Amino acid sequence: MVEFALPKNSRVTVGHTWPSPTSGKQLQQFKIYRWNPEDREQPRIDTYNIDLAECGPMILDAIIKIKNEVDPTLTFRRSCREGICGSCAMNINGENTLACTRGIDAGKRAIRIYPLPHMSVVKDLVPDLTHFYAQHEAVMPWLETRSNTPGDEWKQSIDDRRKLDGLYECVLCACCSTSCPSYWWNSDRYLGPAALLHSYRWLIDSRDEATGDRLDEIEDPFKLYRCHTIMNCAKACPKGLNPAKAIAEIKKLLVARTM
Amino acid sequence: MTFRTSFARAAGLGSAKEGTHHWWGQRLTSLALIPLTPLFVFQFGCLLGESRQSVMETLSGFPNSLLVILFLVVGFQHLRQGLQVVIEDYVHARPATVTMLVLNNLLCWGFMIAGIWAVVSIALHATG
Repeated sequence: MVEFALPKNSRVTVGHTWPSPTSGKQLQQFKIYRWNPEDREQPRIDTYNIDLAECGPMILDAIIKIKNEVDPTLTFRRSCREGICGSCAMNINGENTLACTRGIDAGKRAIRIYPLPHMSVVKDLVPDLTHFYAQHEAVMPWLETRSNTPGDEWKQSIDDRRKLDGLYECVLCACCSTSCPSYWWNSDRYLGPAALLHSYRWLIDSRDEATGDRLDEIEDPFKLYRCHTIMNCAKACPKGLNPAKAIAEIKKLLVARTM
Repeated sequence: MTFRTSFARAAGLGSAKEGTHHWWGQRLTSLALIPLTPLFVFQFGCLLGESRQSVMETLSGFPNSLLVILFLVVGFQHLRQGLQVVIEDYVHARPATVTMLVLNNLLCWGFMIAGIWAVVSIALHATG
């Protein structure tokens, strides 16, 4: 059956409270998930206090400050710091989002930061995305053609190019897939909103010549039809995309070819 | 412990190349239930507390018996398909999944056929 409780070795305990800055004017509390596979202990929630007067405006600024000035063992992914690379996806105050584009919502309540939900954790805020990336590869996210390659380029009209808007912008941060209950329960077989959005991006590409093969590959009760249009993916996407709509369009294509 | 690659695990057993008819069928039956359910509830809610003779007469009439049969067919198909999705979503132990899917099919088809048989019997009895 579906697991509604965490396994015994994943139950979160109360962790350390790290010293506050003594001269802080605008202190904000952060509660951050910590787990190190090497120390063989339960995960814990550490508490940090940061002076926002000396910190950048984004959540990522705060956790970089914590790593640089308070606790160098805090582990997380980050790269571009402007919502392009998708590396710093994490669960902030219960929502999957990018730490670099989520502002610090200052207040009396602590800001809670966890890794993306329902994924194996490599360490601290770093989830294991191996399977997620393999699922992306499984939908053949590249141009497939059979015609002879043209001398100059594969041409596309402005209208056809416009169909890719709202699809090509995905940065594979995994916020959508890891917010989807269907993906939580069946991620071993369900491709998830991110991979399916990429699948539709190539299905709708006027230059692609493998539409039928692509539809064949995803027409499956588990790979595709675990999507029940819950819409968490659209709500979570930090780029404002709508994977649920892309999945609905795939289903429409599959119905269209049976009629 | 397994040494399968991550791609092999993602690809799994490949595509079953089905599911579209199930998904489309669920949408069609839910659309059909929008008029059928209130009609059924209204028509037979009025019979509550009526005499057996009166109920039998209403059920044996042509439009009413057709309405009940339609409601039974569409309702049980919708129930069967919906429950199948719930079982596939939440029951992951293989023997339990297969057992529940078989039971779901047997019970839904069984109740549907029994219901149709009852309505037809009443109609034939009334006309005979």
